[in-house]
Amino acid sequence: MVEIPEGYSGEGFHATSFDKVVGLARKNSLWPLPFATSCCGIEFMATMGANYDLARFGSERMGFTPRQCDMLLVAGTIAKKMGPILREVYLQMSEPRWVVAIGACASSGGIFDSYSVLQGIDQVIPVDVYVPGCPPRPEAILDGILKLQDLVQHESLRRRNSPRYKDLLSSYGIQ
Amino acid sequence: MALTNEHIKERLQQQFGEQVSEWEEHYGLLTFKAPAEMNLKVMQFLYDDEELRFRFLTDLTGIHYPNRASEELCVVYHLHNMIDNIRLRMKIYVPVSKPDVFTATQLYAGANWMERETYDFFGIQFIGHPNLKRILNVDEMDYFPMRKEYPLEDSTRIDKDDEMFGRGEL
Repeated sequence: MVEIPEGYSGEGFHATSFDKVVGLARKNSLWPLPFATSCCGIEFMATMGANYDLARFGSERMGFTPRQCDMLLVAGTIAKKMGPILREVYLQMSEPRWVVAIGACASSGGIFDSYSVLQGIDQVIPVDVYVPGCPPRPEAILDGILKLQDLVQHESLRRRNSPRYKDLLSSYGIQ
Repeated sequence: MALTNEHIKERLQQQFGEQVSEWEEHYGLLTFKAPAEMNLKVMQFLYDDEELRFRFLTDLTGIHYPNRASEELCVVYHLHNMIDNIRLRMKIYVPVSKPDVFTATQLYAGANWMERETYDFFGIQFIGHPNLKRILNVDEMDYFPMRKEYPLEDSTRIDKDDEMFGRGEL
């Protein structure tokens, strides 16, 4: 159950602002798109599974097409050759979309300070939440997703149209 | 009579004389060096000979020996005689300034991707290869990463944020 957002209540009605309702709805029905390449992906599988149960937070099922999903979870090492593919997946998601970098490799390249590994996915796509750990435990991944839910709930409905957001995307060469 | 390392060595020396050299036997694996321009001739002999029958290429890779003057790059062929279950290792050396080697793809179709990989990581030019381009690394890469010619930490790298990795100015 979610808490009723602030507003005016009477018998049989509740009036509140639109962005609170939209934020609440978005927050509690995030559709995850797992992009798992290595051990962090295994931890993420545990997070999805019955013990940790990501579904408790409104992400009942993984979507395996970017067109249906709004939360991209990048779990694992991304090689430089994988970079353009990850970017393509991100571009195919429709707005609003959020990205979680799970683990040290996705966040910064991790231990792979190497010629072949992308030093953090934020070199190719914007990231909303970084989850540290090598690999992070399922609790950490859940914490990251809760942090993201917080961002989603309080995001202004106009954010995606703001010049600042457009600047962010154009700094990645998107649009 | 079972095929032995001594016999293979004898046959090769009979055929090629002093041109095959640097004989070694690590863990029973016969190893020798052949001249770079002779690699196909030696392999063809090993392939065609009714007794030797080395008709399977197990592995092909490169090694960089920065201290071997004018033969810095090495190409290693691991050949397998499947009938007698005997393996051998052939090495050829080329200078890093002109790393040209004849392709083995006509003899062993399996050499195709392995030569691409060796080109990708060591920059060895396989002459006559049907499609010599990078196979594992990004196409835009303009260096050969497995050569021993790079400092361990490259201070000119821009793909790491130095401040976050403890390498910035103190």
